[in-house]
Amino acid sequence: MSGAELPLWAAWLVVALAVVGAAFALTGALGLIRLRTFYERVHAPTLGATLGMALILISSMLLLSLIEGRLVLRDALIGVFLTVSTPVTLLLLARAAAHRDRHEGTPGAPPEV
Amino acid sequence: MSATTVLDWGLGLAQGMLVLAMALAAWRMLRGPRAQDRILGLDTLYLNGMLAIVVHGMRTGSGLYFEAALILGMIGFTATVALAKFLMQGEVIQ
Repeated sequence: MSGAELPLWAAWLVVALAVVGAAFALTGALGLIRLRTFYERVHAPTLGATLGMALILISSMLLLSLIEGRLVLRDALIGVFLTVSTPVTLLLLARAAAHRDRHEGTPGAPPEV
Repeated sequence: MSATTVLDWGLGLAQGMLVLAMALAAWRMLRGPRAQDRILGLDTLYLNGMLAIVVHGMRTGSGLYFEAALILGMIGFTATVALAKFLMQGEVIQ
């Protein structure tokens, strides 16, 4: 376990950021369970993929920077990559689902653009 | 309370919440009802797993988990795109 030399306020700040980020991810997963149709559900996990991910990575960068005594921005790489990739995956998935629904003539399928 | 205690309990709580989120996503992946719901559940599952690895790396204070999280993010992205393309066209590469 690291962080023995950390000031108390820094530990609380790191923990608060991580717990709030995890709470966002949990809310997103809860939405995945509770919402009724696929087109509603596809919105829910983005909560964890954007805000939850950002808060946890900021917390991780803060902790590493405080422990090592220099600026460590390594984790921002994950953040940049996920910010670029999440919209692409969910757009492709939603379009595939809309294509299937239209093809099968499911009621409530989104109209052709 | 010392800083070590705060970090240990707080990050443990964050990890527990992420594992619960993974369990909910796994439930959606197993339950369906359709293929797109399962893919969405898998996407959420790997994303929350990656966040749990990052938090575990913070708890241990080791930099080793960063690479694992980065690679998991990339592989998950590729997997979801391939599955979505498969749903759309019935083949991954045309």
